[in-house]
Amino acid sequence: MQQTAKELKAALAQGKTTAAAATAAYLEEISKYDGVYHAYNSINTAAVEDAARVDERLAEGLTGLLAGVPIAIKDNIATENLPTTCSSRILEGFMSPYNATVIEKLAEAGAVILGKANMDEFAMGSTTETSYTGITRNPWDENRVPGGSSGGSAAAVAAGLAPVALGSDTGGSIRQPCAYCGLTGIKPTYGAVSRYGLLAYGSSLDQIGPIAHNVEDCAAVLSVIAGYDEKDSTSAEGVQFDFAAALNDDLRGKKIGLPTNYLGEGLNPEIRAAILAACEKFTELGAEIEEFEMPMMEYAVPAYYIIASAEASSNLQRYDGIKYGYHPESFTDLEDLYLTTRSEGFGFEVKRRIMLGTFALSSGYYDAYYQKALKVRTLIRQAFDAAFAKYDAIISPVAPTTAPRLGESLSDPLAMYLSDIYTVSVNLIGIPAIALPCGFDSENMPIGMQLLGKAMSEETLVNLGYAYQQHTDWHLRTPELKTELNTEIEMQKEAE
Amino acid sequence: MAGYKNTGYEVVIGLEVHVELNTATKIFCNCSTEFGGLPNTHVCPVCSGMPGVLPVMNKQVLEKAIAAGIATNCTITQQCKFDRKNYFYPDLPKAYQTSQLYLPICRNGYLEIEGDNGPKKVRIHQIHMEEDAGKLSHDAKSGSTLIDYNRCGVPLLEIVSEPDMSSADEVLAYLEKLKSTMEYLNVSDCKMQEGSMRADVNLSVRRCGDPELGTRTETKNMNSFKAIARAIEAEIFRQIELIEDGGHVRQETRRWDDEKGVGYAMRSKENAHDYRYFPEPDLAPINISDEHLARVAATIPELPDQKQARYVEDFKLSAYDAAQLTRSRHLAGIFEQTVALCNLPKEAANFLLGDCMRLMNAEGREAADLTFSPERLAELLKLVAAGTINKTTAKAIFEKIYAEDIDPVAYVKENGLEMMSDDGELDSLIAGIIEANPKSVADYKNGKKAAVGFLVGQVMKATKGKADAGKVNAKLTELLNK
Repeated sequence: MQQTAKELKAALAQGKTTAAAATAAYLEEISKYDGVYHAYNSINTAAVEDAARVDERLAEGLTGLLAGVPIAIKDNIATENLPTTCSSRILEGFMSPYNATVIEKLAEAGAVILGKANMDEFAMGSTTETSYTGITRNPWDENRVPGGSSGGSAAAVAAGLAPVALGSDTGGSIRQPCAYCGLTGIKPTYGAVSRYGLLAYGSSLDQIGPIAHNVEDCAAVLSVIAGYDEKDSTSAEGVQFDFAAALNDDLRGKKIGLPTNYLGEGLNPEIRAAILAACEKFTELGAEIEEFEMPMMEYAVPAYYIIASAEASSNLQRYDGIKYGYHPESFTDLEDLYLTTRSEGFGFEVKRRIMLGTFALSSGYYDAYYQKALKVRTLIRQAFDAAFAKYDAIISPVAPTTAPRLGESLSDPLAMYLSDIYTVSVNLIGIPAIALPCGFDSENMPIGMQLLGKAMSEETLVNLGYAYQQHTDWHLRTPELKTELNTEIEMQKEAE
Repeated sequence: MAGYKNTGYEVVIGLEVHVELNTATKIFCNCSTEFGGLPNTHVCPVCSGMPGVLPVMNKQVLEKAIAAGIATNCTITQQCKFDRKNYFYPDLPKAYQTSQLYLPICRNGYLEIEGDNGPKKVRIHQIHMEEDAGKLSHDAKSGSTLIDYNRCGVPLLEIVSEPDMSSADEVLAYLEKLKSTMEYLNVSDCKMQEGSMRADVNLSVRRCGDPELGTRTETKNMNSFKAIARAIEAEIFRQIELIEDGGHVRQETRRWDDEKGVGYAMRSKENAHDYRYFPEPDLAPINISDEHLARVAATIPELPDQKQARYVEDFKLSAYDAAQLTRSRHLAGIFEQTVALCNLPKEAANFLLGDCMRLMNAEGREAADLTFSPERLAELLKLVAAGTINKTTAKAIFEKIYAEDIDPVAYVKENGLEMMSDDGELDSLIAGIIEANPKSVADYKNGKKAAVGFLVGQVMKATKGKADAGKVNAKLTELLNK
């Protein structure tokens, strides 16, 4: 059921449907297709009743861009009424005693939660294959990954199992699945959206953001979830996005930087061509494109993996088998309880990053790794500051390739980490970025681009993205869905 | 022989003192800090380490930490931040403690104490803010361990001294000074029994004149000043004996068992921590402006040393009495209010340091828990000064004031405790006693001057203690010498 939040709002306004009916229709679609795609970890069985209550509020005059709009929530955002598992065995069935701030804001705005979306375990991964609950398939090709870590959120929207979704982005986890699934997503400025209730991976990098079919829907979701939160000391005061004025196609006077070194070796030529075509489109629309060299590029991935893993190693220590979550049946003493819980409760990618981060923070190595990574972070910030002194935005690929086939990436973790090269700098320095579709490759897989802006420049990015989508139709294309898997391919894969 | 107690060794001690701040709410959430609630009733998702929660700094903690730093002559770190100290233990729900390592709030201060050889400065290396952990109790019956998170997130200051103390006495003097300073600032209650003040002792010994420091041990788990003194004494002699026997002191953490009077080394595993400190990403760095500092500085009250000097100067009290009175802000407060009402500083000091202290010690009560009002004490002192009651009666009445805050004027009236003010009545009574005790009178006249004491006693007995004993003595002596 491919429709945007805006289209659904129009149907609600015209009395063509109700929130309850629309929600029921999505649940129907989920039951039809999610057996194949596994976008969801859990479904809100009370969604129709929740929607009926929103219908009452709508009748009483509730307005707002998300009132009556169903939404999928990444499974690392705390919800009282549905399990919050991070797709990890260690949190299997965990019920949070509180709602994340974004969940409270969505409820207030009248959004209806459909369910919790699958993800890479603790958001660690680029394919959603590290999930304990099983892989999610790409709606454009069920034998390919949807990207990650917000792969379930992206697959849900791409497959029409939700009009919009929340993801989280620590190193590209919203933007890369959007690129792989032909969707639009925003990684907001660090501090623009409250992290209270987001199960932390890299605390200084994580941001919650929207995933949708187009820029306008993303802007609608972001305007609801953004804002200062007294429960999050790192949230920025005075954040109040007004995207109404940004939703036009007037790009006169806008200057976009194109870092030529982002288009070099390692980038799929079809993606390169799509980015250059997008630049032409922006020129047509009145913006000015200027080529430049972006320094520090090669240091971003190592710095990112050290900082993210270091913070993760500390953030994930609370999953110790004592208070909640996975608890082994037997253990000999306290240390054995810790070891067994964490050995059995975490998957391999999570363990790998915990070990990496623990090592980077160990006495004797702190200066050589963590401290050095912080210095790199400062230099990257300076490089971007210099670029933003000249440009309103920077255009860049999201990933070096389109969606890989299932199982292809995990065998070579280093290659998987390096594929984050275009996305991680944004998180290291806390700036916003918007990813949106800009083409398809020869195998009909979506290609994404991203626009990077300086801190709190979301309105500019929305303006650029919205203008682009007014004059292109990549974001309007939808995949053909399967109701069952081609078992032949599966068996062939298993045989390999 | 020179050195500590003529052992030929000198002792080097530094302390790490934790004080719980007396804020109403915890350091990173709004839960109550109240002591003694039912287990896990003062907890929320934040302090129990639920997934996804974030800390929000309690501004009161910062104010109190700055005040503590100023009062201990520290430099305040105007750009400070928190760090995470990572370790696994069931009383620490996040498995890291939010603390300060790289930029602690206060650095390079000192406290002045009365040392073994006169006044001494004990330098303070740093003071940092951190959160307390929960409490574990081991249930022998079920063999299980129970966790109470009520204390999780109660704000602490850790005050780290330089190794500037050389005996148990100096340690106690430092701790007393620290306790009274924190109490004056209204920063902490510093009650050791309730755990709101805890001290870890780093101690080493070396032969007198040896330029190298010896290997130090860290002793934990003392819950009273007396226990600290005993633990230090025991550890000093343990180390000296070890060295004398040709052994070496091992660097280790030790626990003190006060009941058995012995310390023992903790398992070496418990010592082998790498805390992997790194900056706390969930809290923004703290910037303290000059104005902010000045504002806190203006709230710092007269501190014990200043008060003590003023008492000696203004009230002509002895330095010792002044020091005793000013040890506790509460006691000093009662003293000052009493004096303001009756202008009898010496008498007030005598009652507070004599009878009041005696009663407090007997009950193990702290000055903070005193309930009587200075008005009652002032009235009592006025009754004595006016000669309405004698000192013995006054002592008895004070016990009632101490316990029940009774009105001494009404009490004296109701119980007819006024001294005999009628000299005529007293004179005839004395005459009667002399007549009835010829033997004592003869003894006195024969040079046994002590006999007058017996006669005074007889008069006091006859007046039911209501006569002025001094006056009776004078009158008797005068009559007997005639």
